[in-house]
Amino acid sequence: MIKMSRSEKAFDIVNYIILTILGIVTLYPLLNVLAISLSTYTAYVESPLMVFPTKIDFEAYIRILSNPLILSSYNNTIFVTVVGTVVNVIMTVLTAYPLAKAKVRGVRVFMFFIMFTMLFNGGLIPTFLVVKNLHLVNTLWALILPTAISTYNFVIVLNFFESIPDSLEESAKIDGAGHLRILFSIIVPLSTPVLATIALFYGVGNWNRFFDAVIYINDRSKWTLSLLLREIITENSDVLNALDPMNAVTVYPKTVQSATIVVTILPIICAYPFLQKYFIKGIMAGAVKG
Amino acid sequence: MQTEKGTVSVKLKDDRSKTSFINHVKNNKSLYLILLPGILYYITFLYLPMYGITIAFKDFDMFGGIFNSEWVGLKHFKILFASDTFFQVFRNSIVISVYKIVFNFPIPIILAILLNEVRSLVFKKTIQTVVYLPYFLSWVVIAGLVINFLSPSTGVINLLIKSFGGEPINFLANKAYFRTIIVISDLWHSVGWNTIIYLAALTSIDVSLYEAAKIDGAGRLKQIIHITLPGIKSTIVVLLLLKIGNIMNNGFEQMFLLYNPMVYDVADVFETYVYRIGLVESRYDYSTAVGLFKSLVGLVMLVSANGFARKMGEKGIF
Repeated sequence: MIKMSRSEKAFDIVNYIILTILGIVTLYPLLNVLAISLSTYTAYVESPLMVFPTKIDFEAYIRILSNPLILSSYNNTIFVTVVGTVVNVIMTVLTAYPLAKAKVRGVRVFMFFIMFTMLFNGGLIPTFLVVKNLHLVNTLWALILPTAISTYNFVIVLNFFESIPDSLEESAKIDGAGHLRILFSIIVPLSTPVLATIALFYGVGNWNRFFDAVIYINDRSKWTLSLLLREIITENSDVLNALDPMNAVTVYPKTVQSATIVVTILPIICAYPFLQKYFIKGIMAGAVKG
Repeated sequence: MQTEKGTVSVKLKDDRSKTSFINHVKNNKSLYLILLPGILYYITFLYLPMYGITIAFKDFDMFGGIFNSEWVGLKHFKILFASDTFFQVFRNSIVISVYKIVFNFPIPIILAILLNEVRSLVFKKTIQTVVYLPYFLSWVVIAGLVINFLSPSTGVINLLIKSFGGEPINFLANKAYFRTIIVISDLWHSVGWNTIIYLAALTSIDVSLYEAAKIDGAGRLKQIIHITLPGIKSTIVVLLLLKIGNIMNNGFEQMFLLYNPMVYDVADVFETYVYRIGLVESRYDYSTAVGLFKSLVGLVMLVSANGFARKMGEKGIF
C-alpha cells in the first residue's frame, strides 16, 4: 500500500467538507419546513430558522386535517396517482408486447409512429382543444388519459421484453396459450423489476402532476394537492383564513403552509427507499437504449 | 397452432400484398386487439393535436371549431415576427437555457468525480441518498421552499442581511436576481440526480489505469484530469448535446410558480407566454403559432445536435 502524501490527505479533507456542505444545503430547507410545521406560531416567530422544533405542537396539522378543501384535494391526488398509475402500466405493457415479442406486421411503422411523438407534438392549445372536445376538462380523467403512456417508459419496457428469450413463450404457444395468456402469465411475471420501476416513475409523476392540473382543472372540488399548495404558497397565506373565517383568528399561516408542504411530500419520503433503488435502474435502462 | 406459426412466417417471406396482410391480421386478431388501445391513445392525444396545429394558419372560430375556421395563411406569424414581446420571450428562453447549461451542466460532473473519490462507502451512500431526494419533489413544493427562503420578512437570506444592518430585498420581484434564483433552484432540484449517469460511466473505467498512474507517481488531481475525465468524455458529449438540443425548453412549472408580473421582462419564456396568451387571453390561433415556432426550432436543434453527436463518432441521442 502506498502511503498517503500530504496533498492526498488535503484533497480528501476538502472533498469531505464540500460534500458535507452540499448535504446540509440540500437537507436544511426540508428540516426547517418540518420543524416549523411542528411548532406554534409564536415559536416560529421567535426562531424562524430552526432545524428542530423547540416544543412540538400539532396545531397546524389539526387545522389542515379539518379543512374540507385540503381533504378533497388529498383524495383527488390519491385517485389520480392510483388509478392513473394502473392505467399507465397496463397501457404501456399492452403496447410494448405486440411490438417487442409477438412481432406484429409493420413493427417499424408502428415504432416510427410512436417515437416520432418524442420529437414533435401538437403543443399546448391543440392538445387542450382535444381534451376539451372529449369533455374531459374539469374531470380528474384529464390528468390521467392524456398522459396514459410515456414514450420514455414505453421504450424501457420494450427493451426489457425484447431481452426475454423467445423459447419461454414458444412452449406456451405449443400448449395452445393465446397472446393475452402468454403476456400475463409468462412475460409480466418475468418483468416485475422493470414494471416496478416504471410504476414508480409514473406514480411520482402523477403525484407531483401540476401543469396539466393548472390547464384542465378549474373546479375547486376537483383540485389536486399541487393546485391547493400553489394557492397557499404563492397567493400567500391568508387563503386558509378566508376559507375558514369562523376560525380565522387561530389560523397560523406559516405553520399551516409548512404542514401542507409536509403532507404533500410525506408519501414521497415514505416511498423514497424504493424510489432510489428502482429509479437508478430505470435511468440506466433508459440510458443504454442507444 | 404449430402450423399457424409456420404459415405466417412463409407469408412474411413470400408476398406482402394487401390480402396477405388482412389474413395475417385475421389470424392474429388478439394480437392487434392488444395493440389497439395504445395506438388509439397516440392517435387521440398526440396525432389529433398535430392536426390542430392548422389553427396557427386560421382565424379560430370559437363556435365553428378548428375545421370550420377560416384560413388566413401566415397572418399570425407576421404579427409574431413584428412583436417585441415575442423576441423578448425568445431571448429569455435562450438566455435562461444557456445559463443553466453553463452553470448546471458542469457541476454534476464535478460532483460525480468528488463522490467517486470518497473512500468511505457509508459517507458516500449517505450523501447520495440526501442529494437525490430533491429530484422527487414537485416544483410546487420547491417553489414553496424558495419563497420561504427568500421571504423579505422571515427568509434566511434577508434575516442575515438585516442582522448586518442592511435593508431586506424582495428577491423574487427583482429583475437583477430572478434568473440567478431560477438557475440555483434548478441546481438544487437536479444536481444530485444528474450525477447518476456519470457515476455509472465512472465505474466502467479500467482500474488498472489508476494503479499504473499511481506507480508513475501521479497524484489524485492528475489522475482525475488524465484518466477520469477522458474516461467519461463520451457521456459528457452526448449529454451536453442533448441539453443543447433542448435549448428551447425551459419547463413551464418552475417559471410559472416563481415568476410574477414584476419580472416578466427577464422571466417570460415560451411555455409561460403560450399559456398566458392562449389559455388566459384565449387567443388560441396566435398562441398555437407561437408554440409551432418553438416546436420547429426545437426540432431542428435536436436533430442537428444528434447529427453532430454521430459525426463526432458518438452513438447519438436517438
